[in-house]
Amino acid sequence: MNETCKIKVENLNMHIGKMHILKNINIRIPKNKITVILGPSGCGKTTLMKCLNRLTDIYPEMHVAGNIFIDDEEILHARNDITKIRKRMGLLSQRPYPLPMSIYKNIAFGLKISDRRKKKLLDMRIEHYLKQASLWDEVSDRLKEPASCLSIGQQQRLCLARGLAVDPDIILADEPTSALDPMSSQAIEKKFIELKKSYTIVLVTHILRQAMRIADYVIFMYLGEIIEQGPARDLFNNPREEKTKSYLQGVFY
Amino acid sequence: MTKKLLRKIEEGLFRSLMSLSTCIIIFALCLIVFSILIKGIPSLSFEMISQTPRGGFYFGREGGILNAIIGSLYLATGATALALAISLPVALYMNLNLISRKKTVNAIRFLLDLLWGIPSIVYGAFGFSIMIILGMKASLLAGIIVVALLIIPIMIRAMDEGFKMVPPGLTESSLSLGATKSEIAFRVFVKQCFPFIITGVLLSFGRAIGDAASVLFTTGFTDRIPTSLSQQTATLPLSVFFQLSSPIPEVKNRAYAAAVVLTIIVLMISILSRLISGRFKKTSIKF
Repeated sequence: MNETCKIKVENLNMHIGKMHILKNINIRIPKNKITVILGPSGCGKTTLMKCLNRLTDIYPEMHVAGNIFIDDEEILHARNDITKIRKRMGLLSQRPYPLPMSIYKNIAFGLKISDRRKKKLLDMRIEHYLKQASLWDEVSDRLKEPASCLSIGQQQRLCLARGLAVDPDIILADEPTSALDPMSSQAIEKKFIELKKSYTIVLVTHILRQAMRIADYVIFMYLGEIIEQGPARDLFNNPREEKTKSYLQGVFY
Repeated sequence: MTKKLLRKIEEGLFRSLMSLSTCIIIFALCLIVFSILIKGIPSLSFEMISQTPRGGFYFGREGGILNAIIGSLYLATGATALALAISLPVALYMNLNLISRKKTVNAIRFLLDLLWGIPSIVYGAFGFSIMIILGMKASLLAGIIVVALLIIPIMIRAMDEGFKMVPPGLTESSLSLGATKSEIAFRVFVKQCFPFIITGVLLSFGRAIGDAASVLFTTGFTDRIPTSLSQQTATLPLSVFFQLSSPIPEVKNRAYAAAVVLTIIVLMISILSRLISGRFKKTSIKF
């Protein structure tokens, strides 16, 4: 691979009790590209995602072994400052989880500008991130209203804006469009293509069409194993593995 | 055909059973409220709620139960505030820090339910025995502490039920925004579960203001309005109890009037908290 590698996962194994969820995962995720992790439901895509920003920490039944490097910095076993590691990654989950507060405060939550004198700066930043997530026009006149009054599609874009507000360099998106209508999905996809200039995007999906539309690099997973990985064009046009081929053809069992 | 008929009978049977039990509950409630109102309203006067007992009050002469009204409000408010200061952190800790230890949390829940079931006279006796050891006299402070102990399990469990329902996804996304556990606790959990917290406070306040047995030994009874935490304090339930045990019919009727006052206070607190929690319900996210 000639691109710079942003995330490197080496020999990652994860068990829940006796179940082997992730089996010897080795992947490289290139910088400023959209990497799609593709695979059928229940193959460990979401779990892999949780390992990346160490959400596995809050589930003691998950035992993780191996190494994850971000910019050559080991993060999986780092003991110090997990919050700092997590803030380098914005997370977009399967369905939006807006915080129980106003639209304004949802974004401000990650910004941590609590100084009252910097109110103007805060306003500007919030406008900036809402515009980045193409939500500003819809909510600019009701920033003080609770986030719960937004539609699901708007909530997901709010979560994107909120994730961007912590100033990450990676965006982890876990089937971000699965709860959305086609229009909202398209808005999110378009946004991702714009955002990849400045962010490294990891997108988990089981929607083949979506992967084909936006992927630069594809990792195909099946039953906790990496079956195949490579640049999107190569993998979609000339899959090397039998399983990849059948998934692409839609004849998967 | 018979199967269909059987199902219809079953459906009808259970539906009527449900309506029957609902009717019984409503009937019992109405019976209690009406009997208090019918007996209490005639003796209820402005003097009753605006004056402390004078000499001869307990023989049916002039005076009122202001001492008990104020005393009960002091006691219940103090106990609820103290219990809230302890319960909220405990409930949050159970659901944020201990969430991974299911067995421990379940054990705590079981113990709290057990404490909930203990009769309040046991709390009163416990408080009394501690007071004897410490050489304390019956006082407002002692009452507040004992009643707080009595309502803490109720409050924790009521809040816990709310915190339990916070989806892990919300915790995960707050964590990924770089939030610390205390930020998640006080800025996310508390806001998301505000209606549950209000319910917990309301339930506890109702129990605190209505309980007679736990304050019997611990706060004593006096005709004066307390001015400090170390003084004895009158409470409405005890006021009802003392007046009701009088052989004089006028005093007995006043007991019902005191009961009406107690009921009205609980009703007002209840309406007030509904109004507050209604304002916050909009903010919490439905999952």
